[in-house]
Amino acid sequence: MRASDLLHPRPEGLYCPPGDFFIDPVRPVNRALITHGHSDHARSGHRCVLATRQTLDIMGLRHGEGFAGTTQAAALGDTIALNGVTVTFHPAGHVLGSAQIAVEHQGRRIVASGDYKRQKDATCAPFEPVKCDVFITEATFGLPVFRHPPDSEEIARLLKSAAQFPERAHLVGAYALGKAQRVMRLLRDAGYDRPIYIHGALAKLSDYYQSQGIDLGTLEPATVESGTKDDFTGAIVIGPPSAFADRWARRFPDPISCFASGWMRIRQRAKQGGVELPLIISDHSDWDELTATIKETGAEEIWVTHGREEALVRWCELEGIAARPLHLVGYEDEGD
Amino acid sequence: MNRFAELLDRLVLTPSRNGKLTLLTDYFRSVEDPDRGLALAAITGDLSIAAVKPAMLRTLVIERLDPVLFGYSYDYVGDLAETVSLVWPQPPADIPDHPPTLAEVVAKLQAASRSDGPKVLAKLLDSASISARFAIIKLVTGGLRIGVSARLAKQALADLGQVDVAEIEELWHGLAPPYAGLFAWLEGKAEKPEKTALALFRPVMLSNAVGDGDLEKLDPADYAAEWKWDGIRVQAVCEGGVRRLYSRTGDDVSGAFPDLAEAMDFSAALDGELLVGDPQATGTFSDLQQRLNRKSVTAKIQQQFPAFMRCYDVLQIGDEDLRALSFRERRSRLEAFVGTLDPSRFDLSPLVNFADWTALEELRRAPPHPIIEGVMLKRWDSPYLTGRPKGPWFKWKRDPHTVDAVLMYAQRGHGKRSSFYSDYTFGVWSGPEGSEELVPVGKAYFGFTDEELRQIDKYVRDNTVERFGPVRSVRADRRQGLVLEVAFEGLNRSTRHKSGVAMRFPRISRLRWDKPAAEADRIETLQALLDS
Repeated sequence: MRASDLLHPRPEGLYCPPGDFFIDPVRPVNRALITHGHSDHARSGHRCVLATRQTLDIMGLRHGEGFAGTTQAAALGDTIALNGVTVTFHPAGHVLGSAQIAVEHQGRRIVASGDYKRQKDATCAPFEPVKCDVFITEATFGLPVFRHPPDSEEIARLLKSAAQFPERAHLVGAYALGKAQRVMRLLRDAGYDRPIYIHGALAKLSDYYQSQGIDLGTLEPATVESGTKDDFTGAIVIGPPSAFADRWARRFPDPISCFASGWMRIRQRAKQGGVELPLIISDHSDWDELTATIKETGAEEIWVTHGREEALVRWCELEGIAARPLHLVGYEDEGD
Repeated sequence: MNRFAELLDRLVLTPSRNGKLTLLTDYFRSVEDPDRGLALAAITGDLSIAAVKPAMLRTLVIERLDPVLFGYSYDYVGDLAETVSLVWPQPPADIPDHPPTLAEVVAKLQAASRSDGPKVLAKLLDSASISARFAIIKLVTGGLRIGVSARLAKQALADLGQVDVAEIEELWHGLAPPYAGLFAWLEGKAEKPEKTALALFRPVMLSNAVGDGDLEKLDPADYAAEWKWDGIRVQAVCEGGVRRLYSRTGDDVSGAFPDLAEAMDFSAALDGELLVGDPQATGTFSDLQQRLNRKSVTAKIQQQFPAFMRCYDVLQIGDEDLRALSFRERRSRLEAFVGTLDPSRFDLSPLVNFADWTALEELRRAPPHPIIEGVMLKRWDSPYLTGRPKGPWFKWKRDPHTVDAVLMYAQRGHGKRSSFYSDYTFGVWSGPEGSEELVPVGKAYFGFTDEELRQIDKYVRDNTVERFGPVRSVRADRRQGLVLEVAFEGLNRSTRHKSGVAMRFPRISRLRWDKPAAEADRIETLQALLDS
């Protein structure tokens, strides 16, 4: 059996014919295995969903309880048999609940990593390398220019700026699932103990993180009802990036716009977005992490998906590792 | 080096002047000598390091990274210095115990010979962090491009030491990197540095605009009037064989005007306006533009657009400081002095005779030359003072031109305005009747009140057609569009803009909610202004 007979792309997503299931399908299917809760990977409307408990909870929070016909929680490391195909979930280090999915059949193992990172992150379980024949890697930051600095340095720059400009508010754009909570946690780890103000879109997910034992400290809604403009003097406010272009942002005194994202590595990206303080904090692997992980899995073949496939394929060629792009559609490469 | 790199990264993304000043003063306060002085020199353009060509940089990186991967990277980033700083592989063995200081980097670069320059650069890049690599590359390729003028850096020094920026400007050309004596003085640890150099800059005297009701309180007999020439304010200083031509902020611009500098064979300090052409036939602003923003200038350009100085004040002759004298006395000294100079390079700004304000008003409205932008009023009995004292000097500018244009694009602002669409690109109609199209003629981001800003912002959000990052295009056609009355000081021909014109100092003077878009002005209206 060829590897492509075990998993291959279909318009709905990555499909396993012998197991009859899809991984992260972008259209409603009969059986879906979901790597993590970001909306481009975790859509509603599937008949059966298999994912980690936390990913299922997050899907419930985002799509409502009826997001799937039936759900089944996969415990990390447990073996699950689906029509004779063995499936195991392993932590991916991307966001809370994120997992790689190992698919094994007739002695051949393919690992679909979903999105993953190798940097330490106190808000989710660390990535676990899994030996496999074929490794399916993301390539969101698949160019040698993407090199994420230590996140503690980035948070230190935010805190330094907050001290330098005590009369202004710092608005930190961060995606609602994962990044926002990671930034909160990093602030706490750096000793910041003032309340962190959050946009309403972050409330449910942040509460959920706290309920999972991830201490984010005191979070307060960044609403006008809770105070006047002066109350936000010197405050750190976290919200989804889209909110800062919005009229919502007018309640803050002379705000400094910050954006926590791997894209902030590129000055022009920061400039175009009107970002004054770019924070290079990413939930995806950078170039060095991608290439190190590929080697670590020992895979003899690499399939590259969503992102800048061509550079990573080129790197594999230079290293003598077989590689090809896996043309999957429907995943936004902006989601960091 | 890391602190300098961080400073550059922040400055380039900080749009507000106050924000930049805070970043600069904090840096000067927290960083020690000589690093801070070298950083200052790098920002003001006073740090000399042998340049490395971009092609050399590319060669260095290709030796270390697969050319295909470099190609993908460069295509994506678009900036060579940034790409190289990011992809440069750091040999683990070369990670130093401490990151190199700016002083160490500068010392190594300055000591490098032409032939071993690339090798020295590579070694430095090996030992530096990503941000520091970017800063090093910027240093060697010349031009930091961080949106900080030498003037702003001097203002930050003034803030640091709580002194007037004029004091810094006056000293500046007698100082050299790393400016340890200057910093010591600013921090109260030493005396003010002595003015030892020759031909130093003298801080200039500035005027206030005539406000409503100002003139009624003034006696016309107390004031002299002159045309206000729209050239470049310069100060020509010659002392002990040293010749310097300064801009009004004390930048040495002699290099850009060698023809004028050549003719400065006197011992004095003159204040005046740099213009092009010759004193008998003064050139237009477009002619002047041929000489602006050039580091060096070809013989052909010098011949075609010669620079001369129209003098209106004299601060020093020989050893005699004249600044304490009245304008009347300085003027008579000036008239006598200019008579001794090369008449093709120096002339006298003529006085304008007038009986009363009404008569002057008429002259102001119809000046005899297009490069005149109004009149200056100078009190006969005023000494030459530094800065902008209220009372002795007034500028009374010609009324601005206005045009009715249609809002086409709006861009989000920064800081306080980051949630407002506050930068507007506007256009006028062009093309034959029945198939008119809007052609952009300018961009403005002030002139409106906060309330008007809110109204335009709402209009932009309600009438967005397309979005490109922070920019929105707004519905603007014959039937619907927001007409803006735009005021501007003048118009230049431009090959860079589709419309062929570029406005000087445009601002929104009125919102014409009442005016149908189809009735906005046509491009011909502006073209007529160009030809006049």
